[in-house]
Amino acid sequence: MASVKNEVPTIAKDKMLEMLEKMLNIRHFEEASIKAYQQKKIAGFLHTYIGQEAVGVGTLAHKQPQDAVVTTYRCHGLSLALGLPPKAGMAELFGRVTGCARGKGGSMHFFDKQHNFLGGHGIVGGQFGVGIGAAFKSNYDEDNAVSFIFFGDGATVQGTFHECFNLAALWDLPAIFICEDNQYGMGTACTRAIANTVIASKAEAYGCKGYTLNGMDLHEVHDRMRDIVKEVRSTRRPVLVHMKTYRYFGHSVSDAGAYRSKEEVDSYKARDPILAISRELIDGKSITEDEFKNLQKKIKNQIQEAVDFADESPEPPLEELTQHVYMDEVGNA
Amino acid sequence: MAVMEMKEAINQALKEEMTRDEKVFILGEEVAEYNGAYKVTKGLLDQFGPKRVIDTPISEAGFAGLAVGAAMMGLRPVVEFMSFNFSLVAMDQIISNAAKMYYMSGGLYNIPMVMRGPNGAGPRVSSQHSHNMESVFAHFPGLHVMSPSNPKDAKGMLKSAIRCNDPVVFLENELSYGMKDEVPDGEFLVPIGKGDIKREGTDVTIIAWARMMSLAKTAADELAKEGIHAELLDPRTLKPLDMPLIAQSVRKTNRVVIVEEGHFFCGLGAQIADNIYTELFDYLDSPIIRIAQSENPMPYAANLEAATLPSVAKIVNAAKHVSYNV
Repeated sequence: MASVKNEVPTIAKDKMLEMLEKMLNIRHFEEASIKAYQQKKIAGFLHTYIGQEAVGVGTLAHKQPQDAVVTTYRCHGLSLALGLPPKAGMAELFGRVTGCARGKGGSMHFFDKQHNFLGGHGIVGGQFGVGIGAAFKSNYDEDNAVSFIFFGDGATVQGTFHECFNLAALWDLPAIFICEDNQYGMGTACTRAIANTVIASKAEAYGCKGYTLNGMDLHEVHDRMRDIVKEVRSTRRPVLVHMKTYRYFGHSVSDAGAYRSKEEVDSYKARDPILAISRELIDGKSITEDEFKNLQKKIKNQIQEAVDFADESPEPPLEELTQHVYMDEVGNA
Repeated sequence: MAVMEMKEAINQALKEEMTRDEKVFILGEEVAEYNGAYKVTKGLLDQFGPKRVIDTPISEAGFAGLAVGAAMMGLRPVVEFMSFNFSLVAMDQIISNAAKMYYMSGGLYNIPMVMRGPNGAGPRVSSQHSHNMESVFAHFPGLHVMSPSNPKDAKGMLKSAIRCNDPVVFLENELSYGMKDEVPDGEFLVPIGKGDIKREGTDVTIIAWARMMSLAKTAADELAKEGIHAELLDPRTLKPLDMPLIAQSVRKTNRVVIVEEGHFFCGLGAQIADNIYTELFDYLDSPIIRIAQSENPMPYAANLEAATLPSVAKIVNAAKHVSYNV
């Protein structure tokens, strides 16, 4: 496995605070969404990002405006990390017209054109093509963008992963394949699904570099991804990054998680990135306990405002039913 | 006007649109150096270079998916499936991604993308290489489906498809690639959703598209000898259907035969018949007869293959039946 040296070992205090705030924003958004689901304000599937915040926040800290991002149905966290207003996200979960997809996409299909967020995708492995398509466009237009393609461990055994990695390697597409390995494809442990669980080694099959990172460690994610993103931006070669992470909740809210032990879940919660970073900042006297509490309170209030906004927003008017099926009006239809 | 083959007309449309808009590019198996498995893309690589004329590996899901992503970011891909049988490998990308993206993103991301290639039966290629896909694609909101029956239409329809801001499935026929006809030079557009009366008639409307229109023409010639004047209607765009044109013809002839190359059950003809029964019931003097592919996978044996597909005789027979002239 190739390694990237950290040129700058420490992250500036402001940057750390900004990332902590983003992680808290995701955490509280997801907690509020679970609550709203229990209150039956949200229906369908709801896949939360709780536990995986360091992966999205640490990686997307290096996204430039021209870069594109695509992911799975577990898409709320990355959208928020990119800057989607919580109101637009929560309203989408509530199925309201003020949502980021006008209430038509729901939990699994957040989109944000302003940040080139090409969607949450509901079919495992369905987003790889979209991601390398964005990378292809970058080469076509020579705009120096890279494409961030997030997926779960379960997707590494889908055909599209291998087809798209091969295409990216064959055509020198600047695609960063980021496997968020939370160790379970729904209820199936990856050891029961993936013959070779050394995910990063799969890149070697295509003559590319693979990296394995601790996705629970914001420092490691941020620092290593800084160098990896820089590398891909200049080499235009795809890479595979294996992020070892964990989701504290079930696959979706309907999943009680009987296939995992409480001890296992607790062992990861003990390494919680929000806990770790807030302690670090407090211990290092970058912020005080009170300042941290105030930050939490501020974000909780913002999320509550988002919930209230969603609750008060109207459902899509019935005229919306047949709008956005096609952009062009053709024929007599 | 120049006389050219269907494949040359499609080629001309591609060249003109790629010249007009540098965002248009084509990718698929053997489209570049090989000049296309059926030579439809002949000369494109020489004219536009490898950046815009791209040979892909045999990864239909991969390159169709790539096209969706490129379209979301503002390019205008033309995907060639060497045959639409292989589009089945890319079905998730076509249905779940290309067709649904604009809607499920609340109108943020449209997909200006054309998927084209030969559809339907080739000569003697058996069960896995003879699928007719129009009914499948037409089922899903978000896709337009077009299928030309002659070189002139092929050019004008494909140019409109490439300019469309939504995904278009463009179904050609291997058996029609060599068909010759006059094709207008330069700018010539056939609008999406507009059908065409290929022959005026008074006694029965025969609705047929793609290669089936050739059979319908021969059938109409035979019927004319017996005093039955068939009107030949080519919907050209299969979704959305040109119902005003169909209604106009049905009001005139009061009798309908629908011919499609695909299977009978849930075939597109069933939808057209339903539209006619719903909108034009009072104008019908006879139940509609549908001619379609029989309910078996395509066999290899010549006699069985012929028995599976629609034929001129079957169309003639049906037209006589609806005319109570058997």
